[in-house]
This record gives sequence, C-alpha cells and structure tokens, in this order.
Amino acid sequence: MTTKRGYYGCFGGAFMPEILIATLSQLEKDFYAAKSDPGFWSEYTSLMSSYSCRPTPLTLAENLTRYFGGARIYIKREDLNHTGAHKANNVMGQGLLVKRMGKKRVIAETGAGQHGVATATMAARFGLDCTVYMGEVDVERQRPNVFWMEQLGATVVSVKDGSRTLKDAMNEAMRDWSASMETTHYVLGTVCGPHPFPEMVAYFQSIIGQEVKQQMLQREGRLPDRIYACVGGGSNAVGIFTAFLEDRQVELHGVEAGGKGLASGHHASRLASTDARVGIAQGYKTFFLQDEEGQMKETYSVAAGLDYIGVSPILANLRETGRIQFHAATDNEVIEAVRLTMKKEGIIPALESAHAFAYAYREAPTLSKDTILVINQSGRGDKDIFTIADALGDAKWKEFIIKKARGYESH
Amino acid sequence: MNLTEYIREKRKTKDILCMAHLVCGYPDFAANKEVIRIMVEMGVDLIELQIPFSEPTADGPMILKANQLSLQRGTRVRDCLSLMREVSSQYPIPFLFMTYYNILFSRGVDAFVQETRQAGGVGFIIPDIPPEEGEEYFNACHNNYISPILLMTPTTSPQRLSLIAEAGDGFFYCVARKGVTGAQTHLSQETDEFIRRCRKVTDLPLAMGLGISRREDLDYLRGKVDIAVIGSAILRTFEQGGYQALQSFLEKLS
Repeated sequence: MTTKRGYYGCFGGAFMPEILIATLSQLEKDFYAAKSDPGFWSEYTSLMSSYSCRPTPLTLAENLTRYFGGARIYIKREDLNHTGAHKANNVMGQGLLVKRMGKKRVIAETGAGQHGVATATMAARFGLDCTVYMGEVDVERQRPNVFWMEQLGATVVSVKDGSRTLKDAMNEAMRDWSASMETTHYVLGTVCGPHPFPEMVAYFQSIIGQEVKQQMLQREGRLPDRIYACVGGGSNAVGIFTAFLEDRQVELHGVEAGGKGLASGHHASRLASTDARVGIAQGYKTFFLQDEEGQMKETYSVAAGLDYIGVSPILANLRETGRIQFHAATDNEVIEAVRLTMKKEGIIPALESAHAFAYAYREAPTLSKDTILVINQSGRGDKDIFTIADALGDAKWKEFIIKKARGYESH
Repeated sequence: MNLTEYIREKRKTKDILCMAHLVCGYPDFAANKEVIRIMVEMGVDLIELQIPFSEPTADGPMILKANQLSLQRGTRVRDCLSLMREVSSQYPIPFLFMTYYNILFSRGVDAFVQETRQAGGVGFIIPDIPPEEGEEYFNACHNNYISPILLMTPTTSPQRLSLIAEAGDGFFYCVARKGVTGAQTHLSQETDEFIRRCRKVTDLPLAMGLGISRREDLDYLRGKVDIAVIGSAILRTFEQGGYQALQSFLEKLS
C-alpha cells in the first residue's frame, strides 16, 4: 500500500487530511506536466531575467578575502532578486503554475516576511487575490515587510495561536486551504510540507546553483571548494546545493540558527544539534524540534525566517547520507557577521543569510589561499533594520524612531 | 462486541446515533469526567477523546484553542490514556482516540495502539494519516483488534473512496464539507449525493461530521447515515453555559 513517491530516503511523504489529497494530487499532475513541457522552464527563466534580475551576480569579496587572509570568498547575490531575496524564484515559478491551473487566489505563510512580500508581488503582477498568514511575533519584528505586503494589495493575517511564529502561520494557511482549495493555490514558501511541495520548490530554486556553477566555471575555470547556505526550511540551501550534489569534491555546508547557543535550548537548530527527533507534522516527515511526546517546541532565532521547528526532508536525507554538513551560528556571531560584511564589502546581508556568512568567516582564515568559498546571500538586510539597529545599539537610530513616534502622536 | 457490531445493534432501536467529542485535559480532567457522565446520561452513543497536539491542522479555532490550553496546563499522553482507562471501564459505550499521527509515531505506533487497546479504546480517528502512508498504523490496528476510522470527503474521487473503504474499519467518518472543524455546515442535496457515493463503496456504518450542531441537522441525517458527530458545538455550549447548558443542549438533540 505504501508508495515511496515524494520521499527522500525515509523523509518526506504526504501526511495530509483527506480533504486536501485530491488537490495535492492535482497539483502534482500540473507540476509534472509543466516540468516536462520544454517551454515552461524557458518561460520561467525569461520571466526571471526580465522581472527579477536573473542571473544574479556572483561577487568576489576581495576585501573580506584580504581581511581573513585565507580562502577566496565569493558571494552569490540572491539579495539582488526582485523583492530582495531568493524567495522570488519559487514564487514566480508557482505563479506561472497558478496561471496554468486557472486559480484566482493565492495564500502563503511567511516568517521573515520575504516570502510574503514575494507572494504579494507575484499576486499583483498576475492579478490574483492574496492572503498572507504571519505569526503575531513575526508581524511585530518584521513590520516593514507587513507594510509592503499590504501596499501590494495582500491581506496580512496575524496568527495569534501557538508560538505565533512561522509554524503557526503554516498551520493557519493549511486550514484556509482546506476550505478554499477549489479556487486557491497555497504558495508554500520553502522546501517543506507535503509532496509535491519540496520537489516543486527545489525545482524552482535550483536556478541558484545552476547559475553558480556556470559563473564559477567562467570566473575561475573550476568548481568552488565549499558552499555555505543558511537553513531555515531550507529553500536557498537546496537551491544552491542541488547543482553540486554529484560533484563530491565540493563541500556543502548548511548553517542553522544557533540562537542563544545550542546549549541554551533557545535555538532553531534541527540538523546541527542533537535536540531534534524524526517526526510527522505539517504534512511531512523530517527532523522536528519536539518533546518526547511529539509536541513541537518553541524555537528561537534573531532571524524570523530561520525560526522554524522542521526542516526540508531533502536536507534531512542529505545529512543522513553525509553529503551536507550542518552547523549552527549564534545570534551574536550573526550580528557580528552583518557588521563585518557591511564594513568590508558594502553589502548588507539579511539576518538569515548572515548565518552562512558567520560560519564561513569562522572557517575562511584557516583555509589556504587557493580554496574557493561561495556564500549564498539569500536576502538583503534592510528589512532587518530595526533588529540590527537594536543589536548594534545605534543611538542615533533610536533617537530618530522616538522623534518619528512623537510626530505621529502629535498628529 | 466490536465497534461495527455495536453500531449495528444500537441502530436497531435508534435511527441515528450520536458521537460526541472532547479534548482531553480541557479545561481539565475533572471537567472531562463530568462532561462524559452527562454525555452518557443524555444518550450519547460513542465518544471521541482528542489527545491534544501542538499542530492540530485539521481543527478550527475552538478545538485549536482547547488543544493549546490543555497542553499549556501540562496534559501528557499518559493522562489521556488514564482517562480512557477510567471512562471505558465505567460506561457501556465505545470510546475512541482522536489525535494526530505524530503522537502515535513519537511513542512508537505499535506500542501506542497496544496501550490504547489495553486502556479500553476501540478505535482511532487520525486525520493526517492517509492510506498510502499508513502501513505500520493499519497493521498495528489490525493486530490489536482496534478500528482505524478513515475519513471520506466530498473531494475524494470514487476510485479513492474504494481504497479508503478497503483500508478503514469500524465505520467511516464522512466529512460534511470542505474546511476545518467548527463552522456551520449547510446540509443539502449535495450531502445526499456524497452519502450515496460513500454508501456505494462500503457496507460498514457511516458517520457524518464537521459543523453538525442542531437538532435539524440530525433530523436531516436520520435514515441517511448511522452516526452524527458533534464536536465544536459541544465545546462551544460547554464554554458558554457549563454543565447545565451542555445537558440541555444534548437533551434537545435526542
């Protein structure tokens, strides 16, 4: 009775309420039909180049390379995508699929807000109704993104259940979908959830790694030695790693949210810590941060986009096979990495992406000068202005905010 | 007597049975016991005890909140098993567990099914375990003489209804509409058509649930299905008016 479709090793599957099974299997059919249509990928890449600045550049970070005195550091600039993150790749791909399916409404969940902004943007471009679910905690810490989603015409629903973060937003989107699936497509934002979502999102995000491979061969005439990507759900990591899975000489490093440190219990590290166990929730089987009875724990990270209990079944499997190594970077290391990247390169990584930077910076000085590193900068950091300003204790910023607030009060 | 036989036997004297629902540990176990006492007294024929889960994706706001508050108050799986043990030995009606698959998976599917059987439970309603993913679960249920109750929905294709009919046991839970628990359901010709489709694939009893809350709903379903499932409406009534209100709500239904 068991079919192994949608599995990665023993991870993945589609553990969904019966009401959604027909919709998922229709989505699978539509996705496979699009995938095997030679015109679809070219329609997708042409949309991405005309609308979203693809191919995104691969920037040699000369100053950082000099500063650390070790490996040559390249940065893949997914932050230069339209809407400021790799999220656009997946969302525009699913948007083209929605057009084929003839649905009129999209829903999405979002943590940091980048996926929400990307979905709202896509909906505006394709003329679709859009509702975005976001945990109340994330609404508070990512207000600029909420502002943009609403300006783009989306309805943002602040989810007040559970830990009021990404996992709760995901549950709420599932509930909406259970009632609305005839007219609505759920634009899942990461390589998680029930089959076919992990495969579909991985397919659209694979454009990142394909470009890196080409660009690296052009620039250096060879493949990089190590690639670093941050891992929340895992979409930018899967996106950059997929093209290199068969190139065994390329080391692949995923960096999770170490929060206040793995020993503190306040983190969101599923694969780099020993705190997670295999479980089944939100439609799929993977490593979850859960207690011994299977109840999901509250997670913690300074980066809303990494603050999630589960992780891609694709990545869980690649850890089991040893193809990808996983690490964690703490909030403090991440803030320091943002500061350094800004000062040395004039680039502002998102807090999520800065996890990859932080771990790469730990390794870079110890590596030889002929080693080549690529860091995936999954998103840009201006959305994190409040969090970063707080972390850096910027007095002038604080003064500005107080003044601004007083201005609003007196109106 | 197994679950199917119990339902068939009961149906000889009653034209529709009532299955009630509650969330274990919400508002607390003492209240659960009193609620169950009232339910049995008022003629409820089956009761599903929901083991709370942190991610109840198939439940609407009322039951979601009850799950969360129960967990916040420290409800553990062993407490739910104790409640099952106590009430199933006390009352002559079948008790089932409703929960999500991770609760079973986390404890070990076979071990959990055995524990449930030992505690007197006769069935499971696990909304997130479709037939394709459930080999271990279905085997464990089969080996322990416990019924895996599967859901049939208006979106399920005829071919899939047959697959579900083959995998499930005890009775089938027909979902009255799209969506999650809690919202009002409008029963109509469409419902009749859906029931006909379900009847076609199985001889086992059919239950109808999701948004069933009024005497009129039960009247509509009489003669069409064997069991009406009442979940959120019971919780809402109890929250608004306590034991008294629950008693008169159930009285009006029968």
